[in-house]
Amino acid sequence: MSDIILETKGLTKHYGGVHALEDANFTLKRGEHVAIMGDNGAGKSTFVRQITGVEQRTRGTVVFDGDEVNFAGPLDAREAGIETVFQTLALADDLNVPDNLFLGREKTKFDWLGPFRLLDYKSMREDTMAGLVKTGVKIPNIKNTIANMSGGQRQCVAIARTATFASKLTIMDEPTAALGVQETAQVENIIRTLKEQGESLILVSHNMRQVFDLVDRIIVFRRGRMVANLRKEDTNGEDVVAYITGAKTGAEFEGAA
Amino acid sequence: MSDQSESTGGLTFDKSKRNWPNELNVFGALILIVIIFEILGAIFMGQSLLFDTNDRFDSIFNEARLRIIIIQVAIIGILALGVTQVIITAGIDLSSGSVVGATAMIAMSFAQVAEVNGGPNPKAIFGPAFLDLPVFIPVIVGICVGLIAGCINGLLVAYSRIPPFIATLGMMLFARGVAQWWSLGNPVSFPTEGYAKIGAGMMPVIIFLSLAVLFHLIMNYTVYGKHTYAIGSNEAAARMSGINVPRHLMLVYMIAGGLAGLAAVILTSKNLTAQSGMGLSYELEAIAMAVIGGVSLFGGRGSIIGTVIGALIIGVITSGFTFLRLGAFYQEMVLGCIIVGAVALDQYQQKRASARA
Repeated sequence: MSDIILETKGLTKHYGGVHALEDANFTLKRGEHVAIMGDNGAGKSTFVRQITGVEQRTRGTVVFDGDEVNFAGPLDAREAGIETVFQTLALADDLNVPDNLFLGREKTKFDWLGPFRLLDYKSMREDTMAGLVKTGVKIPNIKNTIANMSGGQRQCVAIARTATFASKLTIMDEPTAALGVQETAQVENIIRTLKEQGESLILVSHNMRQVFDLVDRIIVFRRGRMVANLRKEDTNGEDVVAYITGAKTGAEFEGAA
Repeated sequence: MSDQSESTGGLTFDKSKRNWPNELNVFGALILIVIIFEILGAIFMGQSLLFDTNDRFDSIFNEARLRIIIIQVAIIGILALGVTQVIITAGIDLSSGSVVGATAMIAMSFAQVAEVNGGPNPKAIFGPAFLDLPVFIPVIVGICVGLIAGCINGLLVAYSRIPPFIATLGMMLFARGVAQWWSLGNPVSFPTEGYAKIGAGMMPVIIFLSLAVLFHLIMNYTVYGKHTYAIGSNEAAARMSGINVPRHLMLVYMIAGGLAGLAAVILTSKNLTAQSGMGLSYELEAIAMAVIGGVSLFGGRGSIIGTVIGALIIGVITSGFTFLRLGAFYQEMVLGCIIVGAVALDQYQQKRASARA
């Protein structure tokens, strides 16, 4: 087993004439937490969407867990072990926590009944509890519907999917953008828990403090290109801002942007 | 299950704040309406609506009236079971009443006897080969016609992205046209003995309640039910979670259509005849039952139990007005107010619930 969980080579995405992502070469080690930063429209989300199969890339290869992959959709990616926490929460408000965690991949009994196969509520509840405890997510009552929960709790539920399904890679696209101070702290704690458990993570974020608190490495995108690959110890906030705004470009990326 | 196993991170929750099931509110409304009629009955008529004051029956209830209440809502209630599922997906089915009309004509044509009073059946639609058929044939034909109508609704809604309101409005007009075209407006009558038994006596009620139990279980304990709620609650999330949303919607609309077909079979069996006007405005009454029963037109919320109680509320009001010897127009005015009131109350509760969170 190689210790590289994800590698992209020459990953490129064009929307018609718009070059949203150009020639991105990226590697992520097992258990590593990496932040992706950049201005709006720099290509962060585009990059994530190519990996998770939400969109089909124009060029390039993606190697996940040792195999070259071509995900037809987000579901394929999820089955391979990539869990994504989307910017807009993909939760059904009128369902409770286990229902949401297992939506689309319910544990069932009597599968010969086809669409009318029975739900194994007990088992799903137990797995949900285990997943929540593992991530340290605090939910007063998992039988409550999502509609009755705070924004932070909702985000935690979305993140808890990762732990419940023993994924190999978690991708979070600005998980705290819409949250208050306390709720952000709660989400950050979960991310730390994931780190302790050796879960690999790609974190898309605008929040400099958060990034320096949580990750090992920072990747900066600018105008569709990767312009910096910085170890946290070797850099600081000012430095990163310089890369984001274009005042600086990483030596190995010279000529790219 | 102890509380501990439902919460994590050492948090506890106040049990008194747990969500009060909406069905209890609806049931409370039913009780309230019964009490109002009992009081009005005692004042103006000197008798009780539901209780046996003249000692005509063995139990304390006026069994005859209870039976009427439930029989008159049973057939539309069967439609409402399907409509409930459609509304939970955030859709609507305006076609169910007309599908009843079309299915009634077509199914009855396969249920006719060859001989009436020693002569040939004057209303026969088909030749002798199609008369005196075994009873399962018209039943299957009826359900299939309903399924086909539902299938077309489903195709339009799920794959062509026509709004459900428009798709089923089209089906409503189309199916009514089919009902009138089928025998050029003539009634189809004289069913076989076996066919006449399907809707005789309390049969509609037995079928309605059995189906209600079946669909209650399906909606609460199967993947089908869970996905139906998920689609109504957040279609994008359902799709991202890997649910095949168009295929599921097809299934929901087909079940609604099949139930409409079955309702038509029972209705024609009960009336011993099929007419092109059958099922007129049933779709609205079925929607009313669901809405009064707490099914949200925005999708995601509601239940089969709620719809059954909603049906009973309509039954009690209809019977109550007859009992008080008030005209049917008052009844419609009151029903109109109750429907609007039910939705207004639901909106108010939603707003309060989201403010609390």
